[in-house]
Amino acid sequence: MTERADETLRGANPGKMFTREVLREAFKESFRKLDPRVQWRNPVMFIVEIGSLLTTLFVAADVFRHRAEFWFDLQLAIWLWLTVLFANFAESLAEGRGKAQAAALRRTRSQTVAKKVVGDRIEMVPATALRKGDVVLVEAGDIIPGDGEVIEGLASVDESAVTGESAPVIRESGGDRSSVTGGTRVLSDWIRVRIAADPGETFLDRMIGLVEGAKRQKTPNEVALTILLVGLSIILLLSVITLAPFALYSGASPSIPVLVALLVCLIPTTIGGLLSAIGIAGMDRLLKRNVLAMSGRAVEAAGDVDVLLLDKTGTITLGNRMATELIPAPGVTPDELAVAAQLASLADETPEGRSIVRLIKEQFQLREPDVKAIGATFVPFSAHTRMSGVDVGRWRIRKGAPDAIAAYVREQGGEVPQEVSREVERIAKQGGTPLLVASDDRVLGTVYLKDIVKGGIKERFATLRKMGIKTVMITGDNPLTAAAIAAEAGVDDFLAEATPEAKLARIREYQAQGHLVAMTGDGTNDAPALAQADVGMAMNSGTQAAKEAGNMVDLDSDPTKLIEVVEIGKQLLITRGALTTFSIANDVAKYFAIIPAMFSATYPQLNLLNVMGLSTPHNAILAAVVFNALIILVLVPLALRGVRYRPSGADALLRRNLLIYGLGGLAAPFVGIKLLDLVFTAVGIR
Amino acid sequence: MASDLLQMALLIGAVLLAAWPLGRYMARVFEGQRTFLDPLLRPVERWIYRLSGVDESREMSWKTYAASLLWFNGAGLAVLFLLQLVQGWLPLNPQHFPSVRWDTALNTAVSFVTNTNWQSYAGESTMSDLTQMAGLTVQNFLSAATGAAVVIALIRGLVRRQAAAIGNFWVDVTRCTLWVLLPLSLVVSLALVSQGVIQNLGPYVTVRTLEGAGQTIPMGPVASQEAIKMLGTNGGGFFNANSAHPFENPTPVSNMLEMWSILVLPAALVFTFGRMTGKPRQGAVILGAMLLLFALALAGTYLSERAGNPLLAQMGVQAPTAMEGKEVRFGIGQSALFSVVTTAVSCGAVNNMHDSLTPLGGMVPMLLMMLGEVVFGGIGSGLYGMLVFALMTVFLVGLMVGRTPEYLGKKIEAREVKLATLAVIVPAATILTGAAVSVVTPAGLSSLGNPGPHGLSEVLYAFASGAGNNGSAFGGLNAGTLYYNLAIALAMWIGRFGVILPVLGIAGSLAAKKPVPEGPGTFRTDTSLFSLLLAATVLLVGALTFFPALALGPVVEHIMMWLGTAA
Repeated sequence: MTERADETLRGANPGKMFTREVLREAFKESFRKLDPRVQWRNPVMFIVEIGSLLTTLFVAADVFRHRAEFWFDLQLAIWLWLTVLFANFAESLAEGRGKAQAAALRRTRSQTVAKKVVGDRIEMVPATALRKGDVVLVEAGDIIPGDGEVIEGLASVDESAVTGESAPVIRESGGDRSSVTGGTRVLSDWIRVRIAADPGETFLDRMIGLVEGAKRQKTPNEVALTILLVGLSIILLLSVITLAPFALYSGASPSIPVLVALLVCLIPTTIGGLLSAIGIAGMDRLLKRNVLAMSGRAVEAAGDVDVLLLDKTGTITLGNRMATELIPAPGVTPDELAVAAQLASLADETPEGRSIVRLIKEQFQLREPDVKAIGATFVPFSAHTRMSGVDVGRWRIRKGAPDAIAAYVREQGGEVPQEVSREVERIAKQGGTPLLVASDDRVLGTVYLKDIVKGGIKERFATLRKMGIKTVMITGDNPLTAAAIAAEAGVDDFLAEATPEAKLARIREYQAQGHLVAMTGDGTNDAPALAQADVGMAMNSGTQAAKEAGNMVDLDSDPTKLIEVVEIGKQLLITRGALTTFSIANDVAKYFAIIPAMFSATYPQLNLLNVMGLSTPHNAILAAVVFNALIILVLVPLALRGVRYRPSGADALLRRNLLIYGLGGLAAPFVGIKLLDLVFTAVGIR
Repeated sequence: MASDLLQMALLIGAVLLAAWPLGRYMARVFEGQRTFLDPLLRPVERWIYRLSGVDESREMSWKTYAASLLWFNGAGLAVLFLLQLVQGWLPLNPQHFPSVRWDTALNTAVSFVTNTNWQSYAGESTMSDLTQMAGLTVQNFLSAATGAAVVIALIRGLVRRQAAAIGNFWVDVTRCTLWVLLPLSLVVSLALVSQGVIQNLGPYVTVRTLEGAGQTIPMGPVASQEAIKMLGTNGGGFFNANSAHPFENPTPVSNMLEMWSILVLPAALVFTFGRMTGKPRQGAVILGAMLLLFALALAGTYLSERAGNPLLAQMGVQAPTAMEGKEVRFGIGQSALFSVVTTAVSCGAVNNMHDSLTPLGGMVPMLLMMLGEVVFGGIGSGLYGMLVFALMTVFLVGLMVGRTPEYLGKKIEAREVKLATLAVIVPAATILTGAAVSVVTPAGLSSLGNPGPHGLSEVLYAFASGAGNNGSAFGGLNAGTLYYNLAIALAMWIGRFGVILPVLGIAGSLAAKKPVPEGPGTFRTDTSLFSLLLAATVLLVGALTFFPALALGPVVEHIMMWLGTAA
């Protein structure tokens, strides 16, 4: 029915950084962006463009006036335009990869036909005609026409178009697995879906908008930095404009191209030209890790986060608790307990139940009995009894929570031995979950279910602590258990017996203290907390409500990824800061190149400031301009990749980056300009 | 040389020693806590509020604070302007000076209200005793108190959490005047009198000199004005020769005392900052940056003056060759030190003629003013200027630790960056524009005392001094013309309120914010590294802005002098 979009989000994004296609497109786009209406968005580069234009006009006039400086001015004009083009190219390149992904996604959407349910009939309508509230039928092989909630049925869905994950997932009505995404495909069975978003507002639309950068707004920090750059540009503009009268007074008359050259070299073009590329590339880096940020603001906030709320299950511990030990009650042999526990768990399909069976198989080499042969009937777990078990004839075996089993045994006239109670307490204190196994009125012993903390997570938390980020574990466990696991995993704090309300309250509490909080969540009851958190990352497997509430969605549904998101946010800010520092530090050398050259005729004495020993005044000015243009191009890969980030404290980061980008920024142009001057002399440019 | 260094060290030591307790005392004054002067001054303060209808418990938003400040200074301007226009008909005018020319009066009024004390007139032959005492000296107090109030408001902005108000302007000005400026001035006046500074209301004395010629020696209430001239970082002398005049500054001791008085309150305010924020280290770091810049500047001027003029040395003049315009009783050391002190602090009192300094020696005072008068700077204005630079430094460098930059826990965002940038570029733009217009217009050029690079330096210095609210001058420029009176008045007004308003805006914006708790991920602003970065930012921003202009002025002039191509 529709053409399958083979190029998934990931497919369009192979390991290579730039394909030839992307490069060609970026090249064309750099010229299109010369449009002053586009350039206006970037005030620093806008000034450069105006300056280039002025210089070009001046060169044109040169032709008629037969000025000796024609060739020099022409070269200046060319390099000034190149400065603008290089900046445009950087931005286009950053946007380019997103655009290729968006094109693939858009193909998926446009050709979908929906089966709209109208009364008892089914109408075939284009997906774009669907409105919020419409109900559609999606059958095996169909593409789901829009975001929505499953209201009836169950189906396996291939979500690789948005997640890149090829294994199908189950979507069914009710519960936390009811949300479906437009553009994904039903593989088997059928579902009815209530559409939850109007066209243009669906998840896919938003994704396309985001990767294309169409709706890209400047983030708060970007705005602030732009203001500073504009302020610097204004004062430097004034410094250059007033230089004309000062020069006139001194008996010199620097030409307009030379004044423009000085101005362009002084204003922060390096960061001005790369600023938007840095921002787009930051979003892109997230996308590569399969995280969709709903705004650049969220990515930036991630860098500021200093409290991480992490769900215990799945993030800190492996998904499920595992049985690790059987402790018989006094007077019960281990084998006796093992047999009973095995029988009680055979039909228990929960991971905990299966882990008990596995443990017994390994420790006691007990083969699984043929259930049918012994005529066992299973008693399933219910929320009411909080235990499950098996009846073999009149022999009744139960396993469950200690208090539930205690009540059960007492009902039968039995009693829980003190040793067992002590055992239960010990396990809870160690962060485990005790289960009791009872045979009729007798408690046979305890099963130790243990939360397994993920390997390497403790080291990760230690790194986070060094970065100044506090980790808080969220769990439904009782405080005793929670404390034990928290200690084992090395988190800074925990919230036990967490309810959605408690989560929300805890987030508010941290925020009131001035902290910025990040959390993950998937259920509908997580939605308020996700919305309240500064960075709320919803799992793609979660409900529509959760996805709506958060400001990021992790397509892989991996809560651990929050840590990477924080790192990407930090890296984004560091890259911006490093290139700003670099850009401003560059100016010192440029002054020493241009000022003596500019006034060589009036004040030859100023040649004392020509510390680089540049050959001629023209070469000095040209070298500075060429360096200024080329450095943008040279730094494009750094802007797109981001400054290397090693998680560590602020002090270490500062020292390292100051050394590289501050001192480096001071020294680099001295070397670069001198080298360019040598090259010019060698190839005979005067 | 050793004795010069010893004097410099002695001065800084004496300043810091006094600034520390004084700063703590001022914190108590501005936080409304009890001090030992309360029994004496509280009744006076209450009486002032009752008389003027001020409710001292009512705090103001930054806008109300700014409006009150503008109103207060505007009124001060009007009164001082009118007083000069009618002084000819008023008492306490023993020399029967006529009323002051309107443009001079306007320039002077702006000058004293903005804590600049640029003087395009000679005090002893223009202003009556009444104008000097009731007009100029009053503004010497109030303009200083205004500056202090602004920085206190900014500190409150940094300290308060989610607050709408930044203090009460009337209370801040009153308490600063009563508790700080008046008592200190009294003490310093008496100390100056002990050194021989005059204090009388008598007519000028005519004497017969040894050669038999008649000479009129001006008299007046000098000591009382001298004290606040220094303490309030005003700088406007009673006499035209300012602190080079023996009645203003008779002895080496009075010279030290005057330099001490210039530095002590701006330095004390840094301690007040540390005290009020509860983070003394943060204050120490600011102080460190100031001291570093001060040491660099002093080294620049002192070494340049000591090296002197090679052209004069060739003519057989014995070292020191750079004695033109300096008092022999002060010599190179005390003169260079005074020049740097008076321009680092935006005081503007002089004990030597800056016009006659060697080109680089004179460039340093000029640069200190161009940097925004933040190396100690004027009362209040120096510290708030430095804090603005601190915000910029945090923003520029702080990003490199991967967090939205914050200073003292307050996030620095678009609004603060905008206002801080404004506060930095407004005075710079004023200096450049004013000087540029002056060197290409006949009205501007006709006042120049020297051609070539030195002429450019004179004009640059004048506008740097005006916009920086310093008030000292390169004497070669005839500033008493209509053009310069008005142009520099404008520069002074913009340089003062073009910074105060953004600073109060920042105070309001910061006060409303919630502080971010400090952690290992925070960019630390209480380290010596930050001192260094702050000083570097101040220098870099100043150098980037003014390097082209300075290259055509003092820099080329100095190179010419070295190469022996100009006299």
